[in-house]
Amino acid sequence: MYPYIPNTQDDERELLSNIGIDSIENLFEDIPESIKLNRRLNLNRPMSEIEVKNHIENLARKNKSTDELICFLGAGAYDHYIPSVIKHITSRAEFYTAYTPYQPEISQGTLQVIFEYQSMICSLTGMDVSNASMYDGATATAEAAFMACDNTRRNSIVVSKTVHPEIRRTLKTYLYFRGIEYVEVEDNDGVTDIEKLKAVVSNKTAGVIVQSPNFFGIIEDVTEIEKCVHENKGMLIMNVDPVSLALLKSPAEQGADIAVGEGQGLGSSLNYGGPYLGFMATTSKLMRKLPGRIVGQTEDVDGKRAFVLTLQAREQHIRRQKATSNICSNQAINALTAAIYLTTMGKKGLREVAVQSTQKAHYALNKLNNTGIYKPLFNKPFFKEFAVKCNSEIEKINQELLKNNIIGGYDLGKDYPDYTNSMLLCVTEKRTKNEIDTLVALMEGIR
Amino acid sequence: MKEYNKLIFEISREGRVGYSLPQIDVAERNLEEFIPKEFLRDKSPELPEVSEGDVVRHFTLLSNKNYGVDNGFYPLGSCTMKYNPKINEDMAALTEFTNLHPYQSEDTVQGALELMYDLSGKLAEISGMKAVTLQPAAGAHGEMTGLMIIKKYHEKRGDFKRKKIIVPDSAHGTNPASAAVVGFEIIEIKSTKDGAVDLENLKAVLDDEVAGLMLTNPSTLGLFEKNIKEIADLVHEAGGLLYYDGANMNAIMGIARPGDMGFDVVHLNLHKTFSTPHGGGGPGSGPVGVREDLVDFLPVPVIEKNGERYILNYNKPDSIGKIKSFYGNFGVMIKAYAYILSMGAEGLKKASEIAVLNANYLMKNLKEHYNLPINEICKHEFVLGGLGKEVNEVTTLDIAKRLLDYGYHPPTIYFPLIVDSAIMVEPTETESKETLDGFIDAMIKISVEAKEKPEILKGAPYNTPVRRLDEVKAARNPILKWSKE
Repeated sequence: MYPYIPNTQDDERELLSNIGIDSIENLFEDIPESIKLNRRLNLNRPMSEIEVKNHIENLARKNKSTDELICFLGAGAYDHYIPSVIKHITSRAEFYTAYTPYQPEISQGTLQVIFEYQSMICSLTGMDVSNASMYDGATATAEAAFMACDNTRRNSIVVSKTVHPEIRRTLKTYLYFRGIEYVEVEDNDGVTDIEKLKAVVSNKTAGVIVQSPNFFGIIEDVTEIEKCVHENKGMLIMNVDPVSLALLKSPAEQGADIAVGEGQGLGSSLNYGGPYLGFMATTSKLMRKLPGRIVGQTEDVDGKRAFVLTLQAREQHIRRQKATSNICSNQAINALTAAIYLTTMGKKGLREVAVQSTQKAHYALNKLNNTGIYKPLFNKPFFKEFAVKCNSEIEKINQELLKNNIIGGYDLGKDYPDYTNSMLLCVTEKRTKNEIDTLVALMEGIR
Repeated sequence: MKEYNKLIFEISREGRVGYSLPQIDVAERNLEEFIPKEFLRDKSPELPEVSEGDVVRHFTLLSNKNYGVDNGFYPLGSCTMKYNPKINEDMAALTEFTNLHPYQSEDTVQGALELMYDLSGKLAEISGMKAVTLQPAAGAHGEMTGLMIIKKYHEKRGDFKRKKIIVPDSAHGTNPASAAVVGFEIIEIKSTKDGAVDLENLKAVLDDEVAGLMLTNPSTLGLFEKNIKEIADLVHEAGGLLYYDGANMNAIMGIARPGDMGFDVVHLNLHKTFSTPHGGGGPGSGPVGVREDLVDFLPVPVIEKNGERYILNYNKPDSIGKIKSFYGNFGVMIKAYAYILSMGAEGLKKASEIAVLNANYLMKNLKEHYNLPINEICKHEFVLGGLGKEVNEVTTLDIAKRLLDYGYHPPTIYFPLIVDSAIMVEPTETESKETLDGFIDAMIKISVEAKEKPEILKGAPYNTPVRRLDEVKAARNPILKWSKE
């Protein structure tokens, strides 16, 4: 007996006799004997709900979450506050048990949510068109690179080394297998080295990828980069933190052709790395090059406003190998989450999140600097993350902090050999002065 | 109930808020002291200004215009819209999982790593593969990952001329699209009239430039590929690899395994076979399994067990590299894990048996009323060929739209492409005889209406929040965001 399988033995017999066969085995006679398993799968016996719950809760207890630990770790995944309303709405089964909205007449809920999500992403980025979501910020960046190559008919992508290492590694994989050249530009004091960038960007460059705030938390000045890319008729791809866009100039204002980023900070849980939200927006000109689902407004036969998946001639189920991307399933629930988050926080709230994060981050750096032990690694304007140079190994510092229930920063030496013994710290609006002061006091005590 | 037709932007009022945050407790400085003015935005982005109650009511009213598996029968072929157990949701919502930062030290995430390690082992057993990566975020992402592994395998052997992937014309659209993403040239082969691989057509294209063949088994027509062993031998003799699209795995769990059929690389869809919800389009999860000599090519990091400790191993020189941030859609993995625990070996097999039984029952009772191009025992799904043009020009689309009035989500339509006016029906094992009978009745009623009152079908649906949409208008004059009038 299985709670998810309603047919009883009597039902089974009735179905079999209606079909005109004797046993369930007859239904599998078309499978050659030589490839049948003919043994029990080596898995657990069926477990009751209580047993499942106990088993998984036991695993859960082996973790230490950010409820127990105070998180000063960012590096692409952010401990922003998640309003209670979000889980109440995303756990509505009408949303989460639905399929991709192929039948618009009974999918107006999902479709309107995506339309509103697209509108808000356009509003944040300043771009004209957004798609319905990508897997995460890294894959969205890789797809943007493909878009640039497709649109310019060029085969080389230039990426700044200040872009998140996780994104660069993903990008490298995608480009390698597609046969596209990957060119990396060194940083200079924590920002993209513009002279080095100019030296490698040419009329063969399809696109240049920069991140701002970059991996070190620093706000990049893209003025020169934008000029250089566009003089060479390439595309400027900007990877941005959506929360920062409440304060900072939008990618559109900075001349980006494609804006992408990680949208986890917009209400999605840390979830040990996923599911997250890749967002992607572009100009009207490039609208038909966008990968993934796009929702458009139209009318039904009675003239009523309605929403529908549109511009589908770009997509795999229509165009097959000529599609702009292979993406099918995306991150719809995370897009719903972002739409609810941006609605709940609203115009004022998102700004408040951004202001509190940046104010508290600056307070924290100042305090650390005052210890005389920890120095800013770079001297550049930053948003909510900053790098500090330490006197001891980062792993040692983090172990000490963990003993005091604090998750310390990201060890930059792992990805940047020049920046060993340096730590990237993140301060969101959730951190209190008291927590920051504790962090600083503990770090001061580590010699 | 009253109709609700507002966009969130249309109920926004200046000054209204839906959030509360604590007063800032550090000394505030003027922003421009640390962020130069030229970096700052002149105008805050336009976002809604509504109260918390407004938020809840707006999205609740929108959810009422949706239809999920919890609302009713969803026989969407190739999508496996089975019931999504609630315990799975509860387990994935445990805060010791949801509130874990991906870069926390391994010591603090041993439970998460153990769950992933255990899950990948279970999936390897179910698929008959040596090792499984959980990183791909969806089925198509799994295909891409698997094809990268295939490419890398040939390159590692020093064989750089294998630039072609063979895809049958019955394949899911993602198959050729994924092969293109990985830089392969696509060779499409025509299937036999019953949707199987045509061995002669296959032999004709197999040469030393072929990297592999992508196949789903059962096929998209819901039929088991009986010649699978021979196909595998042919592909392997030609030096290629065999890729398994796991979209149809729900037909064969515990009965036959892709690994035993000769497949070298396999992806599974946790959001189909393993009961995790589709979320209105995602997130999914598309783990990839490989045979023994391909294990070194799996994406990094690999979760390994070192004594009693679980670790993330990045030191894999032959790996294809990273394919996304972090480790995959962990939240989805927890749900699939809970499902496999609940079902166990016996339950998974039972699920496949009943999924196949239910499909055959529907097919048996619909074939007298609709065209059935291939009349043989099917697996978990089957494909009808509409009513035929002779019936008052009633199309498959008309039939689908009329089903909406009867309270059903229609089957997949116009796919696979090799069947004219296709209606692809997949009931899954989580539906009762009564539900199946109700659907059969509705389908028969529609076939009668088609003969007697075809105009009803052409005007359908009538009972839905909106009626048939002008899709041409949407594409010709795209309105893709709200803008202030």
